[in-house]
Amino acid sequence: MKRFVPLVIAIVAGFVLLIANFIPYAEGWGLTAQEWFNILAVGAMVLGGGNLIKLQLMKISSKKAGWGYAAVTVVCFFAAIFIGMGKFGVHPNELYPNYAWSGYYLEEGSGMWWIYQHMIVPLTSTMFAMLAFYVATAAFRAFRAKNTEATLLLVTAGIVLLGRTYAGVWLFEGWLPDWLLWLRFDNLTVWIMDVPNTAGTRAITIGIALGVVATSLRILLGVDRSYLGQD
Amino acid sequence: MKTHTIPMLAIATMLSMVSSAFAFGAAPAPPSNVVAVDAPDDAGEAIILSWALSPNDIFGTLESDTQATDPDLVVSVYYIERRTDSAAGNGSISEEDQGWQQISESAAGEVTTTDRKVQRGWSYSYRVCAVDIQKETSSWAATEEPVRPIMQPFNMSKAWLAIFMLMFGGLIAYFINVARSGKKLWVRPIAGLAAIDEAVGRATEMGRPVLFVTGIQDINEIQTLAGLTVLSRVAKTAAEYGAQIEVPTCRSLVMAAARETVESAYLAAGRPDSYQPDRIHYLTDEQFAFVAGVTGYMVREEPAACIYMGGFYAESLILAETGNHIGAIQVAGTAMPSQLPFFVAACDYTLIGEEFFAASAYLSDDPLQIGSLKGQDYGKFISVLILVIGICFATFASMSGSDENVWGASKNFIKDNMLGSAGLLPTGSGDTDIEGDDS
Repeated sequence: MKRFVPLVIAIVAGFVLLIANFIPYAEGWGLTAQEWFNILAVGAMVLGGGNLIKLQLMKISSKKAGWGYAAVTVVCFFAAIFIGMGKFGVHPNELYPNYAWSGYYLEEGSGMWWIYQHMIVPLTSTMFAMLAFYVATAAFRAFRAKNTEATLLLVTAGIVLLGRTYAGVWLFEGWLPDWLLWLRFDNLTVWIMDVPNTAGTRAITIGIALGVVATSLRILLGVDRSYLGQD
Repeated sequence: MKTHTIPMLAIATMLSMVSSAFAFGAAPAPPSNVVAVDAPDDAGEAIILSWALSPNDIFGTLESDTQATDPDLVVSVYYIERRTDSAAGNGSISEEDQGWQQISESAAGEVTTTDRKVQRGWSYSYRVCAVDIQKETSSWAATEEPVRPIMQPFNMSKAWLAIFMLMFGGLIAYFINVARSGKKLWVRPIAGLAAIDEAVGRATEMGRPVLFVTGIQDINEIQTLAGLTVLSRVAKTAAEYGAQIEVPTCRSLVMAAARETVESAYLAAGRPDSYQPDRIHYLTDEQFAFVAGVTGYMVREEPAACIYMGGFYAESLILAETGNHIGAIQVAGTAMPSQLPFFVAACDYTLIGEEFFAASAYLSDDPLQIGSLKGQDYGKFISVLILVIGICFATFASMSGSDENVWGASKNFIKDNMLGSAGLLPTGSGDTDIEGDDS
């Protein structure tokens, strides 16, 4: 029963979404299924939040490595809930001026807005900015000319990198005859991106589409039930 | 002479006042050819209205030379009004709707609008007028006959999608049946999947955990489900080897599903006592906060194997590079084409697109699932066939220098109908609603 009910729900929801895609009358069914999912996801947030706090408190009590971070997490978690639910700094909605909590919780100048603008956005940007360094180290490793394929990758990447900058034009300025202009890095870059790169991407995309169909059918037909915990 | 000058001036002033009064009261020419049609392929919930631009609309082809248009009469907006002519079933038309009601405005240059506030089966009339910058309105141009939105039983713009889906689904179902009958089917080995057992074995030998990340998407995404099916196998192997598996998740529902998956895997491996639910835990929904949490764990605990299976975005490289720095053996699989290069560059093995979806079937050793893989391969063969035929048609059409022949028509049929949304058969309207470019 523990497996059967979720399986039936998955199959029914899957077929409903499938039918909604092709039958105009059933278009609304897909939206209803999506709303049900959102309701479930909100309910599950309590589960997730509870689990997060439980683990962090366990980490603090046992003084495991990095327990200080756990303490920060717990403090931030409760502070965000307190400020967000208390709607500090939020003005009442114009339509309901007598209800103190009727305003939007992320209203400009509110406590939650401040947290978002001055903590979440900078922290997120910092993590995102670190990508530049990771790209550099990954590129360094990927571009080592170990074999023919890696050398080809290195040459192609070099052309595209230069072609995306003014160097792609500047390097060939003045001496390249007109009939060889296609060899300029900026022109080669356009060709590389439009022809081999697009062809490769499309091949991968077609494969992905077929994979999605096959996986969906395995799930819809109940052939693949491992996501329910049954191999 | 003097006696004639004053009356002449008075007459000239009066004429000038009269002419300017007429200019102020002049209105732009109305739009023409107002046509309302039921929106195709819908549930009878929309009517598409179109019209020809007013001659005073500077966006019109003939009026593109703005100097030729009287600046006072330039159209700034079109008013659109609707009248409900008859109701369907037991519905009744309100008194307001029995007369003309303005339903929308369209900016100058626009020739179509869609009315989505209609009732299925009711009939409506529409009229449009042009309004100039002085707010003077033209006379109304109305539809010749009322239009009634009706529901189509099938969305014909997706007819070919349905045909392809049925074809591929049929192939997959056929091969599942073949496998069920006991016939042994061969599928090519996938190097990345063989590496998973090796990675778990290595983690066991080193006494360090295995990290499994199911991506940052929710449980309703097919990539997350595919990731969970791989997790099932990895968890079973880990249970058999006695290795610990750590599964941080970005979504609460994924955590709940992953717990079920791992618990069952441990049970199937005969090691239910080794299952630790707290190792499958929720971190946060926030993308980069999740990355910070996972990479922090990686740096502190140094897992021997990192497996990334699911939908990833910009965090893919941060995760994979951190794994690389700690010397973990890494296997990744995703169907995000933009993230594949990062995983290829930073991981030891990468399951590219379809391999990722094939992974769960391949790992399961279940003949039924292997059968579906075989069907997937045949689907790929049909796709390649259509691709080659399309390339031939496009080449011949290009060589003939025109699309007005059998090659061009065939090429357009594949592009617009089979791969586009122009319906089952060509209509000659030249609808080329297709994503991507034609390069």
